[in-house]
This record gives sequence, C-alpha cells and structure tokens, in this order.
Amino acid sequence: MLYREAGQFKTTYAQDMAMFPIRQDRIAFILLLALAFLVVPLLAKLQIWPFGGEYLLRAILIPFLILSLAAIGVNILVGYCGQISLGSGAFMAVGAYSAYKFGTGINIPLAWLGTAIVIPPLPVLPSILLGGLMAAFAGVLFGVPSLRIKGLYLAVATLAAQFFFDWVFLRVPWFTNYSSSGSVNAPALNFFGLTMNSPIERYFICLSFVTVFALLAKNLVRGNIGRQWMAIRDMDIAAELMGIRPLYAKLTAFAVSSFIVGVAGALWAFVYLGSWEPLAFSIDRSFQLLFMVIIGGLGSILGAFLGAAFILVLPILLDQVPHALGIPISVETVSLLVFIITGSLICYLLIVEPHGFARLWSTAKEKLRLWPYPY
Amino acid sequence: MLRTFFLMATAAIGASVAVAPALAQQNEQYVPALVYRTGPYAPNGIPFANGVMDYWNLINERDGGINGVKLAPEECETGYATDKGVECYERMKSKGATGAAYFSPLSTGITFALTEKVPADKIPLLTMGYGRSESRNGAVFPWNFIAAGSYWTAADVAIQHIAKELGGADKLKGKKISLVYHDSPYGKEPIPALEARAKQDGFTFKAIPVTHPGVEQKSQWLSIRQDRPDYVLLWGWGVMNPTSISEAAAVGFPRDKIIGVWWAGAEPDVVPGGAQSAGYKALMLQHGAGKYQVHADIEKHLISKGKAQVKAEEAGHVLYNRGLLNSMIGVEAIRTAQKKFGNKPLTGEQIRWGFENLDLTAARIKELGFEGMIKPMKFSCEDHQGADEARVHQWDGKEWKIISDYYTADRKILDPMVKDASAKYGAEKKIDARDCSKES
Repeated sequence: MLYREAGQFKTTYAQDMAMFPIRQDRIAFILLLALAFLVVPLLAKLQIWPFGGEYLLRAILIPFLILSLAAIGVNILVGYCGQISLGSGAFMAVGAYSAYKFGTGINIPLAWLGTAIVIPPLPVLPSILLGGLMAAFAGVLFGVPSLRIKGLYLAVATLAAQFFFDWVFLRVPWFTNYSSSGSVNAPALNFFGLTMNSPIERYFICLSFVTVFALLAKNLVRGNIGRQWMAIRDMDIAAELMGIRPLYAKLTAFAVSSFIVGVAGALWAFVYLGSWEPLAFSIDRSFQLLFMVIIGGLGSILGAFLGAAFILVLPILLDQVPHALGIPISVETVSLLVFIITGSLICYLLIVEPHGFARLWSTAKEKLRLWPYPY
Repeated sequence: MLRTFFLMATAAIGASVAVAPALAQQNEQYVPALVYRTGPYAPNGIPFANGVMDYWNLINERDGGINGVKLAPEECETGYATDKGVECYERMKSKGATGAAYFSPLSTGITFALTEKVPADKIPLLTMGYGRSESRNGAVFPWNFIAAGSYWTAADVAIQHIAKELGGADKLKGKKISLVYHDSPYGKEPIPALEARAKQDGFTFKAIPVTHPGVEQKSQWLSIRQDRPDYVLLWGWGVMNPTSISEAAAVGFPRDKIIGVWWAGAEPDVVPGGAQSAGYKALMLQHGAGKYQVHADIEKHLISKGKAQVKAEEAGHVLYNRGLLNSMIGVEAIRTAQKKFGNKPLTGEQIRWGFENLDLTAARIKELGFEGMIKPMKFSCEDHQGADEARVHQWDGKEWKIISDYYTADRKILDPMVKDASAKYGAEKKIDARDCSKES
C-alpha cells in the first residue's frame, strides 16, 4: 500500500539507473542517514535512553560500524568476485600497522645509498587512508595466486597471508617502533586540528568513513568494474570469452576489498581499541568477517551490515539477557549458552535461508509491494 | 521463513528492551570483576575469579560491607579476549551508584587496552603482578596500580635465584638462560629486564616464543634440547604451562632447572603433568599456596553456609589466594579513601586517591588475616607498585614448598628502565607528568 512504485515514471536514464529507483526507498535511506547522523548523536548528547552511558556508542555502535566496513570490503572480494579469502584479518592488520607507522613517522636508513627514507608523522586521516593503500598493495600481492587457483585452494593461499602477517607484526620490531611488549598505542585522533576523543566524536568518525565507503562500494558494484567481478564470479571462462580480463578483474577486486578492509583495520585500532597487539587481527577475525558476509548475504552491501549486526551484536545482547532478567546463572554458563544459541541460529539460518539476511530483506520488500495480498 | 524470522526478531528486540533498565542500588559500592571462566585460560582464570568474588562476599557477610557500605560485585566473562574485555569494561564502568570502583582484568592485553581508557573515565586499574611494567611510575600513569610486582621485578628476582643456586652472581658469567614465553605483550614484557641482566652478569640470553594459546611447543623444546641452556624461564599462562612441563619432560630437560613466573606457578600448571612436574620451580608473588587466618573466616562465613564460589578443597590454592589478595588490596584502598571522603559509595577518582595513599603495614596485614602471605606494602604518587619482594617455591609432586627467602628486586637496574619507558609513553601520548612533590 505504502510501498508501491505505481505512478513513479522514470523519464531519464539517470533516474532509471539511480541507486534507489523507488521513491519510498530513497526516503527510507535519507531517514536512516538522518537517524544515524543526527538523532543518535543528539540522543547520546542528551543522555536519553538507550544512550544513557557511553556503552551503546562505545561498545556496540562503534565496533559494529567498523566491522560492517570490513565486511563490505570482504563482500566485494568474496560476495561479488567469488574469491574466497581467509586473509581479511591480516589485511586489517596491515591497515592498522601501516597507519600506525605513518602516524608516528617513518625512518628507513638506506646506508648503502647514504640516504634515508624519512616521512614525518602524518595526521590521522592521511595515515588511515595510506594504511588502506598499503593493505591494498598487500591484497594485490596475495591476490596473484588467484589467477591460477580457485575456490578452497585460494582460501588456503590467502590463509598464508594471515599467518605471514601475524608473524611479521609479532616478529619485526620495526613495525611496533621497537616497543618492548609488542603492543602499540594509537596516536591522538586529530582531524583537521580537532581532537576527537568523546564517544560521539569517535562515532562520527566511523560513521563518516562507513557512509562514504558504503556509497562508494555500492556504486562500484553497480558499474562496469562490479559487473566484471560478478561475471568472473559466475563463470570465469565465460567471462574471459566475453572479453573480461581475469587479471584485471580479480586484482582490482583484491585491491578494492583490501583497501576497505585495511581502512577498517586502521579504524579498529585507532578509534576502537586505542592500543593493540597482533592478536586483535588473528585468524578468528578473518573467520568472523567471512561469517558476517555469508550470514548477511553474499553480494550485497546491505548484507554486510546485517551480518555484522548478527555476528557482533547478537552475542553481546544474549550475554546480558539472563542478568537483566535477574536469572541467577553463572557467567560461564551464560557465555557457553551464547555460543550454543548463536551457533545453532547460524545453522538454522543457513538451512532455511542460504542466501542470508539480504535475501530475507528483498523477499520482505517483494511481499510488501503486494501487500495486503501477498502470495 | 519470513514469518518465523519476524517472530525471532520481535523476541530479540523484546529481550534487548528487557536488558535496558539497570537497577542502581543507592548505598552500595559497585565492584566489577572481569573474569574468564571459559576458554584456554579458564583453568587459571577460575580460581582467581573465585578468590576475588569470595573476598568481596566475605566483606559483606562478615563485616556488613566496608564501614557499612555494602559491596555490589558483578562478573563479566571476557574469555581473555581483548575486545570482549573492552566491551565488558564499557558495560560495567558506569553501573552502580558511583560507577565502577576499580578494574582488575587479569590479562596483560586487556590491561594495555584499558590503560588508554581509564584516564578519561577516571577509574583506577589494579593490575597486581602483571600489566605495563613502567606503569609503576604514578606520575605518568596516575590510574594504573601494578601492585606487588611487575614482570621486570619477576625477571630480576628469577635471575637472583639462579645466581643463588649457582653459588653467587659471578657464577652467572658464561651460563645460558633461555626464556620460553607466551607470544603476547605478557610474555614479551620481561625481555628488556632479562637483556639488561644478561649484559650486567654476562650470561647468554635467548628468548623463545610460543604462539597463543600454547598447546604446540614441540619445536621450541627441541631447540632447547639442542642449545642445552643451564636454566629455562617460563613465562606462560593457561594451558601453555602444563604443556611446557610435559614437553620439557619429553626432551629430558630437568624440571628443577625451569623457573616459572608467578603466573606459571599454581596448581593448574603442575597437576596435569603428574609426576613429570615434580621439581618444577616458580616465583611467588610474595604469597604461595596454603591457608591462613583469612581462610578460616571464609570457611566460617562462606563455605559452611554454601555461599562460597570456591570448593572447600581448593581454598588455599595459589591463584585463589591471589584473587583474595587482589580484592583485599582493592577493599583496603576503598577503606583508605573512605577516611578522606566519608563512609559512602565512592567514585573511581576518590578510590584512586585511596590506592595512592594505601599503606599496608604489618599490623594491618595481621588484622586482615593475611599474616605470612605478604610483606608490608606502601603506595605513593611516584611508586604505584608498593613492593619489590618475591620468593620461589617448588612443586614436590603433591604440593608447593617454599624453597627460598624473600628476594628484593634490584631497583638500581629497574628504576632507570621504568623511568625511560614511562617517559617514552608520556611523550608518545603527550601526557604531562604530575609533579609528585606537590601531591597530597
């Protein structure tokens, strides 16, 4: 009834190719942005429930946004281009550590040339973007095997990236500025001369990054390059016969994906953790991101957000339910129950809806268009 | 599918709404506990958490709180994971009438992450025997209290004990000492102190990392068999420790030449190894196993009434005792702060003052029922560690036997290191160090 496109005539190609061709979708999207950019900070500023403490912003929304961003990156590679990657944690780490190095200054003495590469400490924003760029390089490097191997074999090859970078950041003290404990601290969050430290400001940083990159990713996958990726995913030989160069398509997918994942890694380190060690980007993180993408829906930007919400937020909520209801069970039972419930929910969802939350969402929209007489 | 999904979503939203209202008790001091009772570190996390909770409950049951202010303890499961620990911290930091009293994460990784957060939230961090060694310097780290000893203290004491076993510090020259460490900030912390000692005493030092969680150590111990070091220092935690001991037995490295840090010197570390563990030595964070006066109170007020978390036969284990001690120091800091700010629930900032002015004299330790477990400790603005002593105990196959007297770490070596490292941290974070001579 409300959600019906009858009467909305498209008179130009631009309208026809718009990101949200239906007016109701556009309105909903603008409302969502307004909610995220205006209402949430306002409620947080005024300390209105549920934004009473800083908990919701600091412990749920900020990590949710950052992991959503990472999931968008992984989705480009896995969902759109069909290259299974288990190295996303490593690319996050590359982003985080490179951003840290750029943020604290780089000095590589080249003794045999009698000179040195010296980069003064850069501000936070360029550091984060350069961190993403370094991750993109690393991604392309480890994407090269994808030209010869596919599927599970590729997953194993990207697993090598995971272990390699885990090792590098643990063992090469240069990356941690020779910190004795191997743990590093993010520099102060200075953006354009302003120090962003309160949870609301941190939330803004993450939200801006996520919005920009999500829109960017959405437009990329709708365009020429995105169609190439999908052609490669659906059948690489057919795509090659149609004139798509696998080298170009696959490596750009690796580059774009790793760039976004790297930026997410830098944000995770700088904005969320503040102080971190390689364990923050372990193989568990790679699996977590892959699960987000699979549960959320392969080949869907929205799916990345839904998957991140499910994998990250649901366990945290479940963890607090017994205590909030006043059920006296010990914390270890609760945390085991959370594992059991989340695990069985994942199995259940994958059985009844193998295409993830994104498919559920589009089914819901289809039904809504026919409402009140859905069939 | 869609319908069931909507039902589930509604249920989830309903549940999260139910989560929202947190009941704040007015005249109670909220004390949060970051615990890990699951995961690969649970064997060590459980007894510690039991000790922490039991002491708080003992204060409530026996004394009716601290000067009439009841404690309101709550646990949050971290699983030793840094991101989960941070989430727990955010969840708990502003609960209760005045917010969290102090945090003790029992994880070096979580300690590092929280060190960045506590100055903004004004909550003290009590990291007894772990965490950033340089956080001893309270001028740069006003919120960290690395009570009783740092990893650098431990490293120094371990070398002193080896020197004593060899018959003098001059005998260290030319010896080989290897460190088998958990490859994380926890395991890496002692390396600078050991390198400093190696330079001073002329022994060869080698650091051998073990990847988290530490169940795979074959190659490390094979390289030890090749190297034949005179002593092996063990910086492990959780399942890593018993694995190290059984691997040492497999390559025939004598167990009495292994010295564990105080986090590798409890029952869960040696019991799984059975007879293989006999002879294994470890540092003591002053205290060891065994029951003291405070245990009698716990027996009387908690265990006999079924209110204790600990099983009766496990009261007196090393990590349980350490949990008790951790809570005792926290409670005494609150008590000290109450003297200045009044007998009511206090904020983290007020309790920080309590920590900084805490003076545990021998008489007070006796009053509290901890006589024999620890030596006096006194904190101040510039010294957030309060003590430099440690002993060594040895597992004889059945129980821990104390085999040494108190050693005092050599502050001549460690103090400059603390100063340098904290100055570096302060410069990196642009912290203006406090002037301790002006603090009251």
